[in-house]
Amino acid sequence: MKPIELEKVKDILKSYQNKDVYVHVETTNGAYASHFGNKGVNVGAYIRNAKVKYIESDLKGESGAFRAGLKLEAGWIYAEGLSDYEVTESNQLLLAGHDQAGRLTVALQISEQPFK
Amino acid sequence: MEIKNIVVSFPHPDDESFGTAGLIYESNQKNIPVTYLCGTLGEMGRNMGIPPIANRESLADIRKKELKDACEHLGIDYQLLGYRDKAMEFENKTQMAEHIKSILEEIKPSHVVTHYPGHGVHPDHNAQGAATIEAVRLMEPDKRPVVWAAAISHNYIEELGNPDVVIDAEKNFEFKMDAIMQHKSQAEGMLEKMEEPSEDIMIKELKERLGKEEFYIWHFNE
Repeated sequence: MKPIELEKVKDILKSYQNKDVYVHVETTNGAYASHFGNKGVNVGAYIRNAKVKYIESDLKGESGAFRAGLKLEAGWIYAEGLSDYEVTESNQLLLAGHDQAGRLTVALQISEQPFK
Repeated sequence: MEIKNIVVSFPHPDDESFGTAGLIYESNQKNIPVTYLCGTLGEMGRNMGIPPIANRESLADIRKKELKDACEHLGIDYQLLGYRDKAMEFENKTQMAEHIKSILEEIKPSHVVTHYPGHGVHPDHNAQGAATIEAVRLMEPDKRPVVWAAAISHNYIEELGNPDVVIDAEKNFEFKMDAIMQHKSQAEGMLEKMEEPSEDIMIKELKERLGKEEFYIWHFNE
């Protein structure tokens, strides 16, 4: 993945607007957060291959900590702490945030085909 | 019972190296075959390597390759069970047990190693441990392999007493570390987190954490 380029990624987000798309949304502090180093409760959530159609999209914030919002007909998809992006060979947009050790902390991904 | 062949049943690529590389080394010395039943591809792991060599979508294939390399190093066979990382505890436990049972009936191990349910720390560990033990329970009592259950919680000795089997992996520690290091996307995160001032201290610390492989013999109450 590479650092998010604001205008470029905004355009990619817009390219999926008003289409049926599959999203993967995720955040986690790790399966061992409470086991190693007393970092409290393990916290995480993911939704994989939810089929949605969004009508507006935008990306805000600054390098290393962007926020993405996708407006649905009846709700929102939101993710913050996004720093990196990649468009895969199968034309999937991957957005993710990482901590200092390169561990994934948050992800928002969009694809016209279901993720594997 | 004499050990003739071993099945290791854990959910993630790298559990086999962290948990049983010492046992596998000793089994190799005695020509005892070992097969690893790997529940998932660890595709929801958050370690991506330092610097990152993976992303959420490429991680599955990368870890599949790391598993292949690690098993080659360990000199064992492996089978993928095809479950999804972090989701094993939500699967139908009876179906999962039947699935594992069908594989055990083919391999016919004398011993099965899995996680001790409730002491596996990771929900997938507990789920596959419970399903594996259930798979063995469903077998005819005289056909059941011996189950060795690995407990890795903070309080396992307090709750379970001393383990029945202790393998000294420190004796062959390089073999174990080399196996762990095949899982490049995962191992670097662990080493980074330790932040030890020197390599000697780090190895000492690693030996303390990984130098013993301990198991409890599971007793089935009929």
